[in-house]
Amino acid sequence: MSAREEVLARLRAARDAGAPREAPAPVPRTYRRTGAHAPGSPAVLDLLTERVEDYRARVLRVATDGEVAAAVARCLAEAGSQRLVVPADLPAPWRAGFGGRSVLEDSALAPASVEQLDGVDTVVTASAVAVAETGTVVLAAGAPGQGRRALSLVPDHHVCVVRGEGVVASVPEGLARLDPGAPLTFVSGPSATSDIELDRVEGVHGPRRLDVVLVG
Amino acid sequence: MKIAVMATCLGDALFPQAVQATVQLLQRLGHTVLFPPGQTCCGQMHVNTGYLREAVPVVRHHVEVFGPVAEGTWDAVVAPSGSCTGSVRHQHAVVARRAGDERLAERAEAVAARTFELSELLVDVLGVSDVGAYYPHRVTYHPTCHSLRMLRVGDKPLQLLRAVRGLELVDLPDAEVCCGFGGTFAVKNSDTSTAMLADKMRNVLDTRAEVCTAGDSSCLMHIGGGLGRLRTGVRTVHLAEILASTEATQTPAAAGSPGGVRDEPVEAQR
Amino acid sequence: MSTTDLGMPAVRDDSRDTGLPTHSPAGQGHLRGTTSFPRAARTELADTQLRRNLGKATGIIRAKRAGVVAELEDWEDLRLAGSAIKADVMARLPELLEQLEENVTARGGTVHWARDAEEANRIVTELVRATGADEVVKVKSMATQETGLNEALEAAGIAAWETDLAELIVQLGHDTPSHILVPAIHRNRSEIREIFLREMPDVDPALSDDPRALAMAARAHLRRKFLSARVAVSGANFAVADTGTLAVVESEGNGRMCLTLPRTLITLMGVEKLVPTWSDLEVFLQLLPRSSTGERMNPYTSTWTGVTPGDGPQEFHLVLLDNGRSAVLADPDGRAALHCIRCSACLNVCPVYERVGGHAYGSVYPGPIGAVLTPMLTGISGADDPNASLPYASSLCGACFDACPVRIDIPNLLVQQRAASVESHTRPTAQDLAMKAAAVAMTSAGRFRAAEKGLGLGRLLAGREGRITSLPWPASVVASHWTGARDVPAPPAETARQWWERTGGGA
Repeated sequence: MSAREEVLARLRAARDAGAPREAPAPVPRTYRRTGAHAPGSPAVLDLLTERVEDYRARVLRVATDGEVAAAVARCLAEAGSQRLVVPADLPAPWRAGFGGRSVLEDSALAPASVEQLDGVDTVVTASAVAVAETGTVVLAAGAPGQGRRALSLVPDHHVCVVRGEGVVASVPEGLARLDPGAPLTFVSGPSATSDIELDRVEGVHGPRRLDVVLVG
Repeated sequence: MKIAVMATCLGDALFPQAVQATVQLLQRLGHTVLFPPGQTCCGQMHVNTGYLREAVPVVRHHVEVFGPVAEGTWDAVVAPSGSCTGSVRHQHAVVARRAGDERLAERAEAVAARTFELSELLVDVLGVSDVGAYYPHRVTYHPTCHSLRMLRVGDKPLQLLRAVRGLELVDLPDAEVCCGFGGTFAVKNSDTSTAMLADKMRNVLDTRAEVCTAGDSSCLMHIGGGLGRLRTGVRTVHLAEILASTEATQTPAAAGSPGGVRDEPVEAQR
Repeated sequence: MSTTDLGMPAVRDDSRDTGLPTHSPAGQGHLRGTTSFPRAARTELADTQLRRNLGKATGIIRAKRAGVVAELEDWEDLRLAGSAIKADVMARLPELLEQLEENVTARGGTVHWARDAEEANRIVTELVRATGADEVVKVKSMATQETGLNEALEAAGIAAWETDLAELIVQLGHDTPSHILVPAIHRNRSEIREIFLREMPDVDPALSDDPRALAMAARAHLRRKFLSARVAVSGANFAVADTGTLAVVESEGNGRMCLTLPRTLITLMGVEKLVPTWSDLEVFLQLLPRSSTGERMNPYTSTWTGVTPGDGPQEFHLVLLDNGRSAVLADPDGRAALHCIRCSACLNVCPVYERVGGHAYGSVYPGPIGAVLTPMLTGISGADDPNASLPYASSLCGACFDACPVRIDIPNLLVQQRAASVESHTRPTAQDLAMKAAAVAMTSAGRFRAAEKGLGLGRLLAGREGRITSLPWPASVVASHWTGARDVPAPPAETARQWWERTGGGA
């Protein structure tokens, strides 16, 4: 017998032998499927801001897409960034504040090497969805402006643009908007560890600095 | 109400004061109390030590002795113990079903449905939180694990204590943490149990209470045994004894209490 | 082998192919220590530094967890849903695994099956060899700890680099993990500093014991490894059957490094880690972070489905591990232990774990869940099996159930495993005889009275040292283990029964 057949046979026998005396009840979905605030509402954006800042990440609020470039420029200036990497399809208007910095364009067809990524200071990306209650921003690999996974991982500074209409209140609302077919990265603050005396320290292997530019 | 008292084996043999106090308190509140003479033990020690088969006849015996409450002959069964009430309510039917005895399981459930821990009986069933007690002492309350997490008595014992005249109630730090008793746990894992006891005692002493009370004689035997060994001067008194106490009665403190312990280490008496 | 009165199905202890539920074979992996829990605990309890480290760390995490759990008004609804989803998974496990396999395969992954730890280790070793690599980077994984993969790789000449900070501390300290989530919870900052100074070749000799500085030292130590690694080995927190998606939940970014940069990714996963659908993750991604690290969400969660051309590993292998899980599944009560999502909330609230730490359990799964899961995976071979003592490593205080995000009734499982432990006895022990005698006394008021009467406390205490005497409760607890630290209650002048008979309940 192959291992596959053997393991499946064991599990079939076990499933039947250990079946509970009563048939399992249907899954009670009485938990909240939607949060208190509507997607994109001012209240949900406020909540996202508060929760992201709780992780000691920075949030810059701007009213319109046109103001993104200036906010990005501020993030870059404050971090002292000189070398940037962006997904090739990052919206052009957002790049207006890059100034004279060197910009590496990355795409699946023309990927930057890991060494190249290790040599840049900052990555600027868009995002797919943000979940306000948990202060989470989700990147879908390959989706517009979000790039390959390595982009938002290797550089030490991540500037992530979140559009207001992509902000939902709760985890269930967030997952419902995501397609698991693409690799997804859920980011809640900068990288962190609690492995030493369960004391939280921000900044380990992932980007040590996370700036969220929130539009709306 | 006609209420049968379930003394519990430990209460019967070693802590009769708590059983007497339960009886006297309920009588004072105008109820008829009876002591089913056939009673022995709920079988929790067997169950919790893994002797589920051996527990079956013990459970059957308990269900026979307290069966009249299922028929309505008695209105309720009360135990001065969260742990033993928990065993009746959460273990008896499980033990019976595991042995394939569905009839016993159903009967056990019927008995369990009318079996209450003392604070539950007083607050939920009888609807009283001021039982007219007087107890002029500084007291801290340890919520025993089984009353807290099996029975979910919540703050019922505290409601009762807050209404006792003269009683100064002080919060116990880390109150919800186990004292380390756990039945045979205290023997099988005595080192770990002692470490848990040490922390519980430290918290009790931090309150500067004279009395540590709880709804289980077993946990009080453990905490009191430790406090006594160290000659801390803090005694343990069952909740029932405090509630039974009035201006007219001698306080349990004066009468000697479960916290009263042997003067000599046991080894010396071999 | 455990059986119940209801006639449990045959559960096998050897690994011949019979298609029947099978325990984890003895001698494989890290599921059994060498000493009983009480003996091991005695040693650990004497370590005052350990006591302090554990007390501090578990205190912090308990407070954090309580805070973020209280924030969610629907926490109990989430727990109920989590429990029900897992019960459904168990009821359909073979079918869901086949569905997962089909979806992973359709997306370019390869699925392997392992009966036990050795088979899993062999599969992974061969996959690594096939790439030509002589080292792998690893994401913290309980499954690979369980199988002892690192040792197996080492024996094959392949270096395995742990990249989670706590795992790194354990690995560099030539130590073993003591906690599911924070394997180095038994180490404090100054001990970690010493380990780093001793074991990291390029470390700054002026390294301080500030956790930030220590984290930065780990970053520097591992950075080259991440950027040059060709093969990564991970576990998985969840696998979604209907999409073939895997999820890893982490904090530091080491997981992302391993899951993203190497060309080949090998994931070893216990068969129980499934959820049926993508939307079921909405429950577990709320339950897990709040229960484990006490955060609203962990810093990073990565999900991937097979292979994505142009992004991340271009070769993906998923190894599905039985290693005793079929035996757990065959137990109607016990299968709930497979619902565990390895959050370690039960460890953090357990008064036994807090004082003793994880090493005393002898298994990679310590704490309350380990005390039931470990003997269920391995079976209990008899009274001398160290795993026979694990179900007794609890005062049954119930704190674990309240903390468990998927409502595993751990106290009940502990009792069930105590029964399994008792039923493994081939010859009656002294305790067996005492319990039988007590049961006889307790089924008759007359006999019970006689037992009470016959027991002057002096006689009652005369039991041999360290042995539960053949006397009924409560005499049995008044053995010398008790009197080591506690006085014995003074015997009353009369029992409650005698008082009632004398007074009829009157004063």
